[in-house]
Amino acid sequence: MSVEDDIIEKLTNSLQPEHLQVINESHMHNVPPGSESHFKIVAVSDLFNGKMLIARHRMVNQALAEELQGPIHALAIYTMTPAEWAESDTTPSSPPCMGGGK
Amino acid sequence: MDVMDRIDEAVKKHPVFIFMKGTPQFPSCGFSSRTAEALKQCGKEFGYCNVLADAEIFENLPRYADWPTFPQVYINGELVGGCDITLEMFEKGELQKMIDEVVQA
Repeated sequence: MSVEDDIIEKLTNSLQPEHLQVINESHMHNVPPGSESHFKIVAVSDLFNGKMLIARHRMVNQALAEELQGPIHALAIYTMTPAEWAESDTTPSSPPCMGGGK
Repeated sequence: MDVMDRIDEAVKKHPVFIFMKGTPQFPSCGFSSRTAEALKQCGKEFGYCNVLADAEIFENLPRYADWPTFPQVYINGELVGGCDITLEMFEKGELQKMIDEVVQA
């Protein structure tokens, strides 16, 4: 299974998202073509209701703990409740690489 | 000194502190760069540690506050978050408010 599919499966199970986007942004970075190292995640879930951003991000990080120890080098995370998602359906762009690939 | 004590001392000594890749002047990662830029925009002094120059901290920081990625921003010794959280709070004006509360003048 690709890292991307793996992320989708784990977040679908743990967050029960109403909307989930997993975008491979590895091409923006200093890695070989076809890499699965840098991802952006946009998740909309009822489970985020009443939770601060840090708690929401922890939910994502915990679901992907294994991948963060391994193939995932960078993770941009945008978490919204369905109400927040309804107000804004745009997500900021991720930054370009600056060479510090470690 | 134990690495956990070194981290603890850094985040408690500085009201605002960032662990990042590179330095605020010469960041070597886009996420670190954006985060440090948001802190600079708040106009108050902050401490920093270049995790690429300190292997021990690079290896152990994720365990400190159970946060797997860099950068990490601490205010008053507490983890605020990484790049996305810091920027989201900055855009809402919340970061400025938090920093103004802990840094005088």
